[in-house]
Amino acid sequence: MSAEPQTAPDGRDLIRLEHVSKRFGGVQALDDVAFDVKPGEVLCLAGENGCGKSTLIKVISGVHKPETGAVMRFDGAPMDDLTPARARALGIQVIWQDLALFPEMSVAENIAFEKNLGARLRLVDYGAMRREAAAILDRLGVDIDLDAPVKSLSIARRQLVAIARALVAKARLVFMDEPTASLSRAETKALLRIVRRLSEADIAVVFVSHRLAEVLDVSSRVTVLRDGRLVGTYPTRGMTQTKLTELMTGRTFGQEVHAPRTRSGTPVLAVEGLTRAGEYRDVSLAVMPGEIVGLIGRLGAGRTELALSLFGMTRPDAGTIRLEGRPLRMGSNRDAIAAGIGYVSEDRLSLGLVQPQSIGDNTVVTVLDRLVDDFGLLSPKKRRDLVADWIDRLKVKIGHPDDPVSTLSGGNQQRIVLAKWMATGPKLLILDSPTVGVDVGARAGIFEIVRELAAGGVAILLISDETPEVYFNADRIWHMRDGRLIEEFVPAETTLAAVEEAVHA
Amino acid sequence: MNQFVATLLGHGPRHAGSSVAARSEIAGLLLVLAVLVLVLGATTGRFLSEATFTSIAFQLPELGLLTLAMLIPILSGGLNLAITFSANIAALVLAWILQAGGGADAGIALFLLGCLAAVLTGAFFGGVMGLVIAYTGAHPILVSLSMMIFLRGLGEFLTRGGDVSGFPSFVVAIGQGTVFGIPVPLLVFLACVAVWMLILNRSRLGFSIYMLGSNPEATRYSGVDTHRALTLVYVLSGVMCAIAGIVMLARFNSVRVGHGESYLLITVLACFLGRVDPFGGFGRVVPVVIALVILQVIGSGLNLLGTNQHLATALWGGILVLVMVVRALWARLEISSYLASRPRPGRR
Repeated sequence: MSAEPQTAPDGRDLIRLEHVSKRFGGVQALDDVAFDVKPGEVLCLAGENGCGKSTLIKVISGVHKPETGAVMRFDGAPMDDLTPARARALGIQVIWQDLALFPEMSVAENIAFEKNLGARLRLVDYGAMRREAAAILDRLGVDIDLDAPVKSLSIARRQLVAIARALVAKARLVFMDEPTASLSRAETKALLRIVRRLSEADIAVVFVSHRLAEVLDVSSRVTVLRDGRLVGTYPTRGMTQTKLTELMTGRTFGQEVHAPRTRSGTPVLAVEGLTRAGEYRDVSLAVMPGEIVGLIGRLGAGRTELALSLFGMTRPDAGTIRLEGRPLRMGSNRDAIAAGIGYVSEDRLSLGLVQPQSIGDNTVVTVLDRLVDDFGLLSPKKRRDLVADWIDRLKVKIGHPDDPVSTLSGGNQQRIVLAKWMATGPKLLILDSPTVGVDVGARAGIFEIVRELAAGGVAILLISDETPEVYFNADRIWHMRDGRLIEEFVPAETTLAAVEEAVHA
Repeated sequence: MNQFVATLLGHGPRHAGSSVAARSEIAGLLLVLAVLVLVLGATTGRFLSEATFTSIAFQLPELGLLTLAMLIPILSGGLNLAITFSANIAALVLAWILQAGGGADAGIALFLLGCLAAVLTGAFFGGVMGLVIAYTGAHPILVSLSMMIFLRGLGEFLTRGGDVSGFPSFVVAIGQGTVFGIPVPLLVFLACVAVWMLILNRSRLGFSIYMLGSNPEATRYSGVDTHRALTLVYVLSGVMCAIAGIVMLARFNSVRVGHGESYLLITVLACFLGRVDPFGGFGRVVPVVIALVILQVIGSGLNLLGTNQHLATALWGGILVLVMVVRALWARLEISSYLASRPRPGRR
């Protein structure tokens, strides 16, 4: 390993982008963005979901072509007509959050994957492959069994395999998409040590994250995007999480915390000692009418699993669920819906909506019984009226109700999901990551609807990875870790920083 | 879904309800039909005659009923390869009941009872397939293929591979008779078309079939009993097979296991020619019916031209390939003109 200084002394840029814009149909994903990284630098790229981070990375890695007028230079040379292959040849590597590894294949095969890629028929040299993989892991200073299938490794170790794969390809600029989202503190520290090593070897690393605390030590600058526009690039020294959150959202939050309200009466949902092996243990919580209860935690903490049991999709091994005081035993989600429970899935693409089908059909699918006429047949008029009513009430921007729901933006799709559950007249609505893939500008609108629902007496269980969004919308917050509820926060009595600290400790 | 294949097959974004796309879809097929009739009429003087109409009117229902039996499973994202043998077995049940009741002397009441038994038989075997597909998650192609092999073996064993015949004379009258000049099998077919349209466009089951054809999991999450719906898909398919079997029995005055076997793949192609999405979720009854008429007109026309039967089949295949290519070109044309006309707001 060479011991180059962390920033090139002449301040030369490894990569420099100016006037980069990208449109997708009616959505301006990037608007005149400038971006630069110095050789060997560790930079943090921050912004909320939908701010354009991914699009920017995809432009740099050759997946998306920017609109004309963009100036992109790598190592001083223009990088026009970039393709994914050319970007890789330049040494640009992206490690996405899902890592894109082959779980069934061995560590060595995954690391040497690109070397063995090719349309020509050629034998794979397993000996050379293993030697190379071993050398790379050695350089990183980690010890992983080369023959272990990747699926047997922990998330943290898989990440190391992904990094090793990038290094094999002679990376000079590595993007890491939310690398710490599912890591413990110790694992995060280990990862940051690796990043420092890369930086010492003159490999620039761009961390995509909105949790400043984690990268404060290693990164020198933070670039903030919001709504597809560059907010600015700031030195990390002197930056605080509060300031960063403000830059990312463009709002100061201070006053928006819910005032604590005392509630009495029967809870809509009361869960007692709920347990399901391997998913969650001994969960007890209550949600009062009109209350928004947040559920936060790291990926894999068991939040979605708990939600699926509350929605009747899976059966708990032990414990009771009561709805308005009455014990609820569910054979399927149909029982849950009949009892007054709705579930907005975190996976809108494959579970939340039937994407290829029409906006109208997706809106009424939960309430078909209400659309029948005197002969027991679906009435086209009732369908039309119901769809028009909900589209009007939730101010969904659509072309025609017969258009596929997939033609809508994320925010408008989520409004259709909310409409189809609101149409059932729910007592309890479970929202699982309701703003995933929703433009920042459209998020406030989603929460406006949610708050209105709560004001109307609906109990809301709000699951989210975005701690700020839970903090500023929930009356109470439960923190879940390893399948257990470990602590409760009341936003009005604590700070956002304290809650975030607890989740990522 | 495989976008490429979907484009090739001219996947339209609509199903129930009238819309511009649906209307142009039907108009396109009718145009093809009109051109065919004109060309064939000009080529051979005998084409535009009552005899041609009669022969088409008698042949269409068999293939048509089996195609209806294939349509609903395809819409649900599956396939039913057992349709022809389900039809045979259901017809056998009717034949045995008629024979047991005196063969040529059996009464009309017994015939109706036999029809009911045949329909129940079709529903039963369809239901078995449906339950297996819905509750085990096994692939419909494998399940229906197994059922097809089972039914063929069972039928051949029971009939020793021979014909079962000797029915009362009114059975033939049904199969080959007319009411006000319209062949009875055609009336049966038209009635079934109407029922299918009602189920697919106006019933909760039909709604669920389209939804689960596109995405069964998302449909289940919305509270639709997808297992029940999927089971009913194959029950309905089985019932339609039985009706096809009864019509075939009446037309040929006999039942033989294996009769109609060659229709199997043609029913699939008729669905695709009628713009049904091979991956499920999209497709309507009326275009499929027009597609059937087109196929039948081509068949009869080639027959009149003295073309060999096998060559006619080859030409059917060739025409279908041509249709796919034309559609792909057409779709490309439509997309480019669409993009030129207006960028749609709110699109991702």
